[in-house]
Amino acid sequence: MMGAIGTRSRDPREKRPWTFYALASLCGLFLLFLYGPMLVVYLLSFQGPNGGVTFPMVGFSLTWFRDIFEPGQMANIPVAFGRSLALAGVVSLLTIVISVAAGLGFRRPFPGSGVIFYLAVASLVMPSLLVGFGVGLGFQFFDWQPDLFTSALAAQLTWTLPFGLFAMFAVFNRFNRSYEEAATDLGASAWQRLVHVTLPILLPGIIGVGLGAFTLSYDEFARTTLVIGTRNTLPLEIYALVSSSSSPTLFAIGTLTTAVSFLVIGVAITVILRMQRRRAANAQRS
Amino acid sequence: MSASQQSVGVALERRAFARPRLRLSPRVVSWLQVGPLGIILVAFFALPTLLFLVVSFYDYDRTGIYPAFILDNYRDLLTTPATMRVYVSSLKFAFIVWGITLFLGFNIAYFLVFHVRSSLVRTVLFLLCAIPFWTSGLIRTIAWIPFLGRNGAFNQTLMELHLIEEPLEFLLFSDFAVVITYVHLFTLLMVGPIANSLSKIDPALLEAARDAGASRWRTMVDVVIPLSKTGIALGSILVFTQVMGDFFVVKQMSGGQSASIVSALATEIQAMQYPPASASAMILVLFVALLVGGMMRIVDVRKELVR
Repeated sequence: MMGAIGTRSRDPREKRPWTFYALASLCGLFLLFLYGPMLVVYLLSFQGPNGGVTFPMVGFSLTWFRDIFEPGQMANIPVAFGRSLALAGVVSLLTIVISVAAGLGFRRPFPGSGVIFYLAVASLVMPSLLVGFGVGLGFQFFDWQPDLFTSALAAQLTWTLPFGLFAMFAVFNRFNRSYEEAATDLGASAWQRLVHVTLPILLPGIIGVGLGAFTLSYDEFARTTLVIGTRNTLPLEIYALVSSSSSPTLFAIGTLTTAVSFLVIGVAITVILRMQRRRAANAQRS
Repeated sequence: MSASQQSVGVALERRAFARPRLRLSPRVVSWLQVGPLGIILVAFFALPTLLFLVVSFYDYDRTGIYPAFILDNYRDLLTTPATMRVYVSSLKFAFIVWGITLFLGFNIAYFLVFHVRSSLVRTVLFLLCAIPFWTSGLIRTIAWIPFLGRNGAFNQTLMELHLIEEPLEFLLFSDFAVVITYVHLFTLLMVGPIANSLSKIDPALLEAARDAGASRWRTMVDVVIPLSKTGIALGSILVFTQVMGDFFVVKQMSGGQSASIVSALATEIQAMQYPPASASAMILVLFVALLVGGMMRIVDVRKELVR
């Protein structure tokens, strides 16, 4: 979604209209609204050992973080976390490959494109629990055992693939086709044009799609819950905890998963920025 | 010479030795490229939906389900007052949340695209809006509990400021809490597509409108909104369907005062009553399809997206 931001320069001496201040305050208030409850969660995850799930803070400790890693104490969070990462990795890889290919295919008109397009829209807006229900029914019909990398993967792909396809539409919309024409004029074959010109130019957008698919899968609950089989992912473990107990451990999990998300985003952004800088440097040299 | 040009140069030298290859027609290439997507969507979305349709006509009792063609599941569903109630309540939430997220989403996107001058500030602000999205939705939902509760952060602050004497009771486990949580979860779904549409508008158009004497309001109504309608439609579809398909938020935040369509359905699934659950699923799918279809009739999303 970072690609949504265009660059636009205007005379910096121009006076700000009143709408600027109105919208700036709205934006500020929204950010406050967005972060207020999150900050409460981060704070309460450091609750003292005798404290509860609400204020006041009774001291300050790492008890609840330790709780997460204690086996037997509660659901096996670290293992579920590992599964979630593995599944999200597979989902994002498949989403990248399949939606980039489909995005390329959609650039020229072909019979049946309308059907696939509306199928993707329908799949995107399908109430999520129903997807799991349907896939689960199908597995039951064939007498297959639902599992992490079969039914759960399939249910998640019905959500990440349409997302990937629409994101690729946005990426291709910004792509200047004259680069490809230049490559063809210079005699590149279709494959060479794709590998040496199109894909490298689109790479930041493609990484964005992968990142989006990763987070969609990593947080996915409603689609997965009916088709997971016996090996739970992290959101399912969290759900079990929410309905069974209320201790600051949940908040500690929230803080920890947020930290992991930050790490993933940080790495991805660093990669994209590096790429852009290298490109800018290359462009200057020539 | 840029990197891509260099690689084209290298590629050219290699090409001199390449043998002529099998040429596929563009149509076949497109089919091959879109094929995997199509196969997955048909296998795991379209076929399971057909399965609902079939199973929704089945008969069932406490021990199992039996192939049949009966309309009882639909009749039971459509004659229960609870069905109507839960649809009305979900639609009410959907409209309220849609209105709020559209207002917030459009204004925030507009601010980010047209008012923020430095692209670094814009990227940082956009990321700030997006970061909470990367925390589990379940945790973002329960995050409101210590904030809105009777002794929660919000009540404590208001009491300390002496704005209120008694803690406000309506904040948590109420319709209010449900709406707040939805807005918290889904506003970004509105900001993203609208910002995408707005960033395609040439700022010169706005200047032209101003030079031609249009007021801010007229420019907004006659230029900006028509040009961003694809984003508005996409965001609306996403928010609407998320609320209609919600299963966790209403259950967790309403304190049992209202149910959602899907949580009622989940109860039937857990009781292994697949035929009535399928009938209920079919009705919901039809309902969502009509809603989305209606919105896509108003705005031709496809024409705008696929170019």
